[in-house]
Amino acid sequence: MAAATSMVTSSSFTFPSQGLRLPTRSHPCMKPQRRFLRKYASNVITATYELKPPPYSLNALEPHMSRETLEYHWGKHHRTYVENLNKQVVGTDLEGLSLEDIITVTYNKGDILPAFNSAAQAWNHDFFWESMKPGGGGKPSGDLLDLIERDFGSFERFTEEFKSAAATQFGSGWAWLAYKANRLGVENAVNPWPSENDKKLVIVKSPNAVNPLVWDYFPLLTIDVWEHAFYLDFQNRRADYISMFMEKLVSWEAVNARLENAKAQAAEREMEEERMKNEEEWKPTDDDDDDDDDEGLEMYVDSDDDSEAE
Amino acid sequence: MALRSLSSTKTLTLGLNSTSLLPHSRSLQTFSLPDLPYDYGALQPAISGEIMQLHHQKHHQTYITNYNKALEQLNEAIQKGDSSTVVKLQNAIKFNGGGHINHSIFWKNLAPIREGGGEPPKDSLGWAIDTNFGSLESLIQKINAEGAALQGSGWVWLGVNKELKKLVIETTQNQDPLVTKGPHLVPLLGIDVWEHAYYLQYKNVRPDYLKNIWKVINWKYASEVYEKECA
Repeated sequence: MAAATSMVTSSSFTFPSQGLRLPTRSHPCMKPQRRFLRKYASNVITATYELKPPPYSLNALEPHMSRETLEYHWGKHHRTYVENLNKQVVGTDLEGLSLEDIITVTYNKGDILPAFNSAAQAWNHDFFWESMKPGGGGKPSGDLLDLIERDFGSFERFTEEFKSAAATQFGSGWAWLAYKANRLGVENAVNPWPSENDKKLVIVKSPNAVNPLVWDYFPLLTIDVWEHAFYLDFQNRRADYISMFMEKLVSWEAVNARLENAKAQAAEREMEEERMKNEEEWKPTDDDDDDDDDEGLEMYVDSDDDSEAE
Repeated sequence: MALRSLSSTKTLTLGLNSTSLLPHSRSLQTFSLPDLPYDYGALQPAISGEIMQLHHQKHHQTYITNYNKALEQLNEAIQKGDSSTVVKLQNAIKFNGGGHINHSIFWKNLAPIREGGGEPPKDSLGWAIDTNFGSLESLIQKINAEGAALQGSGWVWLGVNKELKKLVIETTQNQDPLVTKGPHLVPLLGIDVWEHAYYLQYKNVRPDYLKNIWKVINWKYASEVYEKECA
């Protein structure tokens, strides 16, 4: 199985991979971001998802998160999700879709299809590695801090709530900070009074492989609370792991960049919705068009046959 | 509530490990960690002593502590007629009470090799396994496949439907007890596939844990339960 990825050498090309794994939307203005390799083998083209390394070496988060943990967590768990995803996607309708699109399709409104676990976990782990950095922790600043203070009262209250969500996700799962920009959170509903408060930060937790993309939120930060994420370093002491993550590992730069992108995408979506709404209002009907044309023709072609125009 | 007399509280507390919140409240049974009938290291090399100690002293104990706390809060809420809190507590009770139930069974499902661990089932359970699954190997293969395929955290069970007198293989998520899959299901043997059950020793290779645990499975206990339900 590992041989499959090593086959991709000179006869392949890649789309430029992004430094940050950003959520995409199935949206006319947005080009889906594809991160896959085309593998050429006897005229058959297959799409393969690649295991991307964390943006730091495996020992870079020590002593807080050990090299051994990264070796297993990234090198085994994450790698297996990617390998399984490739196996589950090849030769199906999902082949060639972006990872985010596969997640949405296979989530299937909660009635999840087989490839969901692999796809979502592949995405979640990319997002997790990029949520951390050596020498991380501390406090955010600027717009991000303003929003945190607006929506949670204070940075301390936010931290408490995030840690609590991470500690109380029962079984396996994730805790998230996300930007919620959809109105009402109900599909196809229209909020008659949209306001700034519809665009807000929320903390959510999710079981197993589920992530906020399936609720149409913009994820900003995550912590993995599956036991494999902390058991080698902390055993049963999940609370200590969560505190360590907040104090020493969170990359507020990554969170900030994601927030800026989320705000931009939300604004673009809003503009697109406005434009489409205006188009509907000003669209002329078919009857009006025909009458105008006929009168124009009558005037210039035949001024004696007025009776026929009636 | 105020009508409960002190004398009835006294009779309730006889022989039970109980606490009373208030003199006139219903007394509450609290739960404590059952002792293991073997040393932490006695199941090696199938399951390491380090895992057994953490699993028993930390994980199981935490479920018990939180279960007791949730029951106390539930008791209070019932007394006050606080339905909102009663309902809100149901998840905590299922998680932690389920954790206590499941792990209590699990310790009895295991035995050191020199005390019969790994010895195949005989008598009625052995016969039922051969009839329903063809052979013990075939049963084990099915259970391991289910256990390996379980996403996230949970348990894989061999149970008996006591109405139909039929053996079943089932999985449950998180700490859901087997009975959540069917009111007539009685657990004979459960294998914990939460990562804490094997990670320090087997890391991500859950199938190896499942392969090895059969060396210390206590079929004697499973047979006893089966005979009781199907006599």
